[in-house]
Amino acid sequence: MSADPTQTLAFDTSCHLFDGCGFPAPGLHSFMFEPLWGDADGNGLYFNKPMLLALLGSVIIVGFFWAAFARPKVVPGKLQMIAEAGYDFVRRGIVYETIGKKEGEKYVPLAVSLFFFIWMLNLWSIVPVASFPVTSIIAYPAILAALVYVTWVSLTFKRHGFVGAFKNFTGYDKSLGAVLPLSMTIELASNLLVRPFTHAVRLFANMFAGHTLLLLFTIASWYMLNGIGIAYSAVSFVMVIVMTAFELFIQAVQAYVFVLLTCTFIQGALAEHH
Amino acid sequence: MNHALVQLAAEAEKENPLIPPWPELVIGLIAFVIVFGFLAKKLLPTINKVLEERREAIEGGIEKAEAAQTEAQSVLEQYKAQLAEARHEAARLRQEAQEQGATLIAEMRAEGQRQREEIVAAGHAQIEADRKAASSALRQDVGKLATDLAGKLVGESLEDHARQSRVIDRFLDDLEEKAEAAR
Repeated sequence: MSADPTQTLAFDTSCHLFDGCGFPAPGLHSFMFEPLWGDADGNGLYFNKPMLLALLGSVIIVGFFWAAFARPKVVPGKLQMIAEAGYDFVRRGIVYETIGKKEGEKYVPLAVSLFFFIWMLNLWSIVPVASFPVTSIIAYPAILAALVYVTWVSLTFKRHGFVGAFKNFTGYDKSLGAVLPLSMTIELASNLLVRPFTHAVRLFANMFAGHTLLLLFTIASWYMLNGIGIAYSAVSFVMVIVMTAFELFIQAVQAYVFVLLTCTFIQGALAEHH
Repeated sequence: MNHALVQLAAEAEKENPLIPPWPELVIGLIAFVIVFGFLAKKLLPTINKVLEERREAIEGGIEKAEAAQTEAQSVLEQYKAQLAEARHEAARLRQEAQEQGATLIAEMRAEGQRQREEIVAAGHAQIEADRKAASSALRQDVGKLATDLAGKLVGESLEDHARQSRVIDRFLDDLEEKAEAAR
């Protein structure tokens, strides 16, 4: 991570087709940022662009909901109506549908916060200048998945006690007979080890892949802008537009999936018989 | 610059993209906690209160409408009951008036009958008295006339009172006998 500190773009702009230099393909390095402040080497403190975008995302979400909900009216204005629609979508469309109205009400704030926070971090991908989905860095999905993990695991213990929680995690079912130990082992590993990992990686990988695709076509559009390559460049640029629209869709879907899974985990933790 | 990028790429290969650096975890946590804190502690409770108010306002409106409807229903029933009572009362009054009229007519008829009978009775008495007076007057006149006539016819003075009255009485008795026989 100790690259040229002057690097601000994701690729070398001086390189074109037929210039004799290779295609500056996007890769892992596209997700590494020079710190804006501090030193990333060792365990030093630093502050980089994704961090800035993450905090800015928080500010935008809080600002939006503050403007909409801080002085709410029984007869809503336009902004409040939009925010209410979003709130209602998560509350009714996700939480009530999975956990139920009575039990679910307590988890509505978590679900709403997660949904809009993740969506905002995803949306940075197609915002000019920002142009980077913060969730394509594993740390952000990981910390959110960890929070969800702590929430539902502690909830399971609180609700069922130690033995009950163990039965819940392992999918204990006497009717399975001889297969029970095997089934329990698989279920335990699946629920406690694989689940949080896939939860985080699902979001991370989708955003990572999406950003890579966008980068690929963007770089190609620029790189091929020379001689006959201009024709190919145009095709590539159309792909940039198409992929941007597609990403817009994927960003919302991934935020939705993350929250839906969160609610499913909480519902599983609350369930009497697993 | 190209050289720097290649170097960066080479270093990036050593970094595992699935191992999160802890400063980014911390920032991610902080960023999320900011959002969650504001939403869960302040903004969502506020909007929930308003949503609840709105729900109550709508349900309150429905309740009010229902109350108005039940009131209208009760008023209608009351009105109907009053109308029925009034009709009943009118019928009763009419009945009473008819009965009163009937008794009045009967009374008047009885009174008329009585008066008629009185008049008739008075007439009868009058006729009887007149007849009696006429009868006695006639008796005197007829006696005198008969005597005068007889005196003239006979040519003899029937001045003898005794004889005179004997003759008259015999004549009258004859008359009465005839009258009774005729009756």
